[in-house]
Amino acid sequence: MTDAVIAQGLVKRYGDVVALAGLDLRVPQGTVLGVLGPNGAGKTTAVRILTTLLRPDSGSAQVAGVDVLADPAKVRARIGLSGQYAAVDEHLTGFENLDMVGRLYHLGAKRSRTRARDLLGRFDLDGAANRPVKTYSGGMRRRLDLAGALVADPAVLFLDEPTTGLDPRSRSDMWQIITDLVAGGTSVLLTTQYMEEADRLADSIVVIDHGRVIAQGSADQLKELIGGERIEVVVKNAAHLQQARHLLVGLAGAEPTVDEHTRRLSLPVRDGSASLVEALRRLDAVPIAVSDISLRRPTLDDVFLALTGHNTDPAGEPGLAPAVR
Amino acid sequence: MNVLWALHDGLVVARRNLIKVKRVPDLLVFTTLQPVMFVVLFAYVFGGAIAVKGSNYREFLIAGIFAQTVLFGTTITGAGLADDIQKGIIDRFRSLPMARSAVLIGRTLSDVANNLIVIVVMSLTGLAVGWRIRTGVLDGLAGFALLLVFAYAFSWVMAYVGLLAPSPEVVNNAAFVVLFPLTFVANTFVPLEALPGPLQAVARWNPVSAVTEAARQLFGNLAPGAPAPRGWALQHPVVYTLLWALGLLVLFVPLATRQYGRAVSR
Ligand SMILES: Nc1ncnc2c1ncn2[C@@H]1O[C@H](COP(=O)(O)OP(=O)(O)OP(=O)(O)O)[C@@H](O)[C@H]1O
Ligand SMILES: [Mg+2]
Repeated sequence: MTDAVIAQGLVKRYGDVVALAGLDLRVPQGTVLGVLGPNGAGKTTAVRILTTLLRPDSGSAQVAGVDVLADPAKVRARIGLSGQYAAVDEHLTGFENLDMVGRLYHLGAKRSRTRARDLLGRFDLDGAANRPVKTYSGGMRRRLDLAGALVADPAVLFLDEPTTGLDPRSRSDMWQIITDLVAGGTSVLLTTQYMEEADRLADSIVVIDHGRVIAQGSADQLKELIGGERIEVVVKNAAHLQQARHLLVGLAGAEPTVDEHTRRLSLPVRDGSASLVEALRRLDAVPIAVSDISLRRPTLDDVFLALTGHNTDPAGEPGLAPAVR
Repeated sequence: MNVLWALHDGLVVARRNLIKVKRVPDLLVFTTLQPVMFVVLFAYVFGGAIAVKGSNYREFLIAGIFAQTVLFGTTITGAGLADDIQKGIIDRFRSLPMARSAVLIGRTLSDVANNLIVIVVMSLTGLAVGWRIRTGVLDGLAGFALLLVFAYAFSWVMAYVGLLAPSPEVVNNAAFVVLFPLTFVANTFVPLEALPGPLQAVARWNPVSAVTEAARQLFGNLAPGAPAPRGWALQHPVVYTLLWALGLLVLFVPLATRQYGRAVSR
């Protein structure tokens, strides 16, 4: 089978703003592609182009084997979209919203009703089925919106920041829903600002910034980009820092870094937990007093930060971003 | 086939609009109360000062208010669309394999339903102040149908305006500016002869005059033995009204549909 989504050289400008500067993407059939990027990276623009809501200035795309520009109507019949902002009607009830979507997919009155009820049950909304959506919480709206995207059992699903604004429980519920869908064979393109989400859901990840891909691979490959595990030791007394370095340098796979100011010693290691135990033993034998010691695996956040120079947290302070580019 | 699906999708959207009217009836209540107030004002405040040869003013007035009311009713089309395209639901509509024109068809159709409700309320008000349909059932129905057809065509003009405008408020204000002169420089509230010369010429060809004249004819509200109006338009008011309706549809259905495509893909 061909890829579920192929995008080549997508360009979109808004006046002087270049939202997409030649974006390439592939989502292999039955997999999840995570599109990571900071605010303004072009995630939503890419999703809107691939779901036929927006025409690119140049470039081409195929979704579910159909050319997006040549035959948008056919694409719409095969995809589901849950956009960044819930596309639901405030004044209709949850049931009425889904029933309407079913009818507009031409499922017929009876199947639309059954499908609406099924989905409301599956998304834990049966209790609120007959309440206008304006009485729903943010998480309920989000779930209803996703349900709307699933009415016609689409082969390819586009989710633009599906868990932004959800509490931890709703978020993990949403993750479970997406995992189940993928197990059922759906291909998913998902954008997110949460690394944990990409780590958890995505088979492969593209990191985009300023409208182009700056890195891609599996979560593990991306983490390797900035090195493996490291032991971080913070000594109580700055005077002991060099001594600790001397004791532990043998465990490190590469040159340790020493930060006098924070009294922190950071050493890249191969065999993380065994090295950690050994390091504690050596320090304790002297003894050197330690105020903190930990084994750190690089998170996708580190990767993201290193690659984009932006903080991933939308509310993050730009001042914290390192100068790595 | 495609046309049938477009109509099907349009009806689905129309149903959604009507559910909305049911949940938030404010707009409909207001558009209904306004003409009731007009009837009362004109019938009792100005009525004494306006002379209609050979007829009673209230009898003369009601058809004019009908015309004005259904025309103002089309503001809901424009404001509703301007509101819709600001809301998230439009993205859902656009990502579905539904007919492109369905949102517009649905909107204009649900406004026919709104106008029907308004007409019922207006008729009751009219009956209360002494207005009657003096012809037969068929003529009466034809009169109402003509009003609705004309308003339907005009609602496509408003759809276009609604898609150009940045917000529902702008639509309401713009509609006010256009609809007030359109419905007043006509035979709606005063006999044509009472207007000053240049305005009289405009009013004679104003389609609102024609639809009003046609309604008066069909309801039997014209004074017996009244002289035939001057000008082809008012001598053939039904045909003239239908020609206008057709012309507006031919022009504004494609314009509005094209503008819809532009407005939503920003
Ligand atoms: N309609 C528009 N008019 C002008 N500029 C726009 C428009 N839509 C997007 N942009 C610009 O294009 C760029 C990419 O926007 P986009 O919404 O795709 O980013 P994003 O990655 O989805 O960001 P976020 O994480 O904040 O949702 C931004 O600089 C944005 O300001
Ligand atoms: Mg976005």
